[in-house]
Amino acid sequence: MRLRPQMAALGPLARQLGPRLLLAIMLLGFAPRTLAQAVVADLSDHLIAVTTGFDGAKLLLFGAIEGDAADVIVVVRGPPEEIVVRRKERIGGIWINNRKLIFGGVPAFYRLASTQPLEAIASDRVLARHGIGVEDIRMINPTGENGDLSTFREALIRNKKRLGLYPKANGEITFLGNRLFRSDIFFPSNVPTGTYDVTVYLLRGGKVISAQTTPLTVSKIGLGARAFAFAHSHSILYGIAAIAMALFAGWLAGAVAKRS
Amino acid sequence: MQIYLPIAELSVNIFLFLGMGAGVGFLSGLFGVGGGFLMTPLLIFAGIPPAVAVATEANQIVASSVSGALAHWRRGNVDIKMGVVLLIGGFIGSTLGVWVFGLLRGLGQIDLVIRLSYVVFLGIIGALMLVESVRAISRQRKPGGKRRKLHQHNWLHGLPFKMRFRRSKLYISALLPLGIGVLVGILAAIMGVGGGFIMVPAMIYLLGMPTSMVVGTSLFQIIFVTANVTFLQAWQNQTVDIFLALLLLTGGVIGAQFGTRAGAKLPGEQLRSMLALIVLGVCARLAYDLLARPDDVFSIGAMMGHG
Repeated sequence: MRLRPQMAALGPLARQLGPRLLLAIMLLGFAPRTLAQAVVADLSDHLIAVTTGFDGAKLLLFGAIEGDAADVIVVVRGPPEEIVVRRKERIGGIWINNRKLIFGGVPAFYRLASTQPLEAIASDRVLARHGIGVEDIRMINPTGENGDLSTFREALIRNKKRLGLYPKANGEITFLGNRLFRSDIFFPSNVPTGTYDVTVYLLRGGKVISAQTTPLTVSKIGLGARAFAFAHSHSILYGIAAIAMALFAGWLAGAVAKRS
Repeated sequence: MQIYLPIAELSVNIFLFLGMGAGVGFLSGLFGVGGGFLMTPLLIFAGIPPAVAVATEANQIVASSVSGALAHWRRGNVDIKMGVVLLIGGFIGSTLGVWVFGLLRGLGQIDLVIRLSYVVFLGIIGALMLVESVRAISRQRKPGGKRRKLHQHNWLHGLPFKMRFRRSKLYISALLPLGIGVLVGILAAIMGVGGGFIMVPAMIYLLGMPTSMVVGTSLFQIIFVTANVTFLQAWQNQTVDIFLALLLLTGGVIGAQFGTRAGAKLPGEQLRSMLALIVLGVCARLAYDLLARPDDVFSIGAMMGHG
């Protein structure tokens, strides 16, 4: 069971990789150099299905670059969400949530992969301008009085890292020859659902030359998805069903216990 | 083997949660208690969001109370009239509780309130049980100790709206069971417990009900109050995870069978002191979490109630 999501991801991969790689190579070969996208990339799958047996997933990102050797950075950004950051303070000996700040447009998930460590690829200024690097994630800061904004921002990122939603370790990108590259992208079992952006940046001489964004959907599928949808769209019926199930299970347990 | 819980929104190990259900089921069979007050903290320790833990546990308690209540019903150990009065209070309390729950969740204080309630109630109940069982054990060793009176008269018996409860051979104010019902209803909604551990002593010591009627009547009330909590939590907060409830139920049913058999072989008072120690242990762990400096004083949460 543990291997199933990976296996499932490899199935379509084998089918899709062939034609797409071919296409990438053809684009490189025939397109006029001046007009061509400097970087072309795609994912082995554009849908991650969160099924009942979901235990994380692995996707393959593959692509090709134009021209001389360059650096590639891949950033996976989850759907934006509103996050409230709370700080506990000791009040009467007990740690109680006290101050809070609300950040908007926070990516629910953020994962980075690069050919080299980021500091070797470009300056902080360039990276920050493109929102590359966990410390430079773009979000909408709360308005009003916010003296220790940066402490709260850091705390948000630290907590996201702890939950595994901003994976600490940068992924690797490997080049096959000079043009083709590939990278495995791992998604944890608690990956948030929604529409993701996978952006591939091509950098040369410390500058971003080209970027391409591919969408990715993470959605709940199957029995669990139906239960979730039902719980939200028909919450009254869901509540009644939950009670009915419990009553039946309790009666059944009693009946079995009496017989044995 | 992993299973994705659709409402809790995380992937958990099936066997861990079946095992937790079985473990708590064993203890509840052994001691004759509901087990909600152990299961809810365990679920929270295991990483289930407290709001989902509380609501789902209420759903599970519906199931675990049904078989017990049916068994007591067959033996005629349910005082329906008393149960209904308790139940009216329970409905008022649990509806109020679910509303307060949603309010506290919005304020970001629900975690604190759940933990604080557990520390306070488990601390009091655990200490009382321990004292009581130690006394009982020492009484057994010294035969001929004085017997307690059936019930004493105090100011509680001066309250208005007196009602006759034939099954329990009582003539008391309806406000008493109603008040107990309200309190237990609030606890059921906020702590995800049946509330038997409060209700049973209250029925014995405050109402003076005969012990034989107490358990059946409290189980009767618990079924309906936890069903109400399940319904309201599902409707208003969407925090009932049926998959999680099924896992816990399955484990619980199996565990309870073994627990009941083991319980029949062990002496009652020693069992009670053991349960008291478990209760105090859970209480201490929760108190430590409140008092010790957290690893990270910051925490994050998704904003709820858009618009």
